[in-house]
Amino acid sequence: MTSAKPRDPAPEPVDPDVGADVPVSGLWDGQGPVFAVVAAGGVLGAVARYGASVLWPTASGHFPWTTFLVNVVGCALIGVLLAIVAELRPYTHRLVRPFLGTGVLGGFTTFSTYAMDVRGLIVAERYAVAGAYLFGTMAAAVLTVWGSASLARYALRERFAKVAEGER
Amino acid sequence: MNWLLVVAGALVGAPARYAADRWITARSRGPFPWGTLSVNVFACLVLGLVTGAALAGAASSHVVALLGTGLCGALSTYSTLSYEALRLAETGAGRLALGYALLSMGAGLGAGCAGVAVATGVWG
Repeated sequence: MTSAKPRDPAPEPVDPDVGADVPVSGLWDGQGPVFAVVAAGGVLGAVARYGASVLWPTASGHFPWTTFLVNVVGCALIGVLLAIVAELRPYTHRLVRPFLGTGVLGGFTTFSTYAMDVRGLIVAERYAVAGAYLFGTMAAAVLTVWGSASLARYALRERFAKVAEGER
Repeated sequence: MNWLLVVAGALVGAPARYAADRWITARSRGPFPWGTLSVNVFACLVLGLVTGAALAGAASSHVVALLGTGLCGALSTYSTLSYEALRLAETGAGRLALGYALLSMGAGLGAGCAGVAVATGVWG
């Protein structure tokens, strides 16, 4: 007796950056262009994140809204990006996902600053703010990526169903 | 100056995340995202060391921009983490998704605190 699993809305690997079943031998074959676009994208994302922190600095002991919003916006965008890449697979260049997903959004969002901000709030004895930030960011991130990916998949499928119908 | 240091750090951090993720994923079984988890926790440890050194007065704001904002910021990721948690949940591995989120938070915070403690011991 097996329990019914929910229907998977997108047959995609769990880790979008490297995919599933990465070969152990020949791990780096043909990876040069991927490394180049990941590095370029990472720089763009990191500079945007640094710019946001310069524009909207967070006072110590307060909820780090800038890092929170940077991470949530990054999660919203990766949901849309990966839905587009998955739905339009034959039409998207193979470097689009490494550049925008692994590079730009990976460089834009940050997990290390988030963890260290939580530590800073705990050290400052702002326990309620620390807890709200620790769990609030994770909840907002997962809900946001779920919402954005679902909306983007739905919109793309609606559009492509109409295109396919028009072609008949 | 700090802008250039952030650029230099990210230029190394983002491809290092991709390389480490790929290397670890090739050697792990099952859907659990060990690659991203390892890289995120490692970045927290390094940022803890950098932060601890800065608090002890041993690291300048330039070092923080290069290694903290640039390198660790680009090495770690929240967007990939959230998408992986979503994919685990969508494929029926809801408990694995919850475990991944909780383990990331706990291990990341622990690694960051350990990094600060070590740096304070060395430079404090």
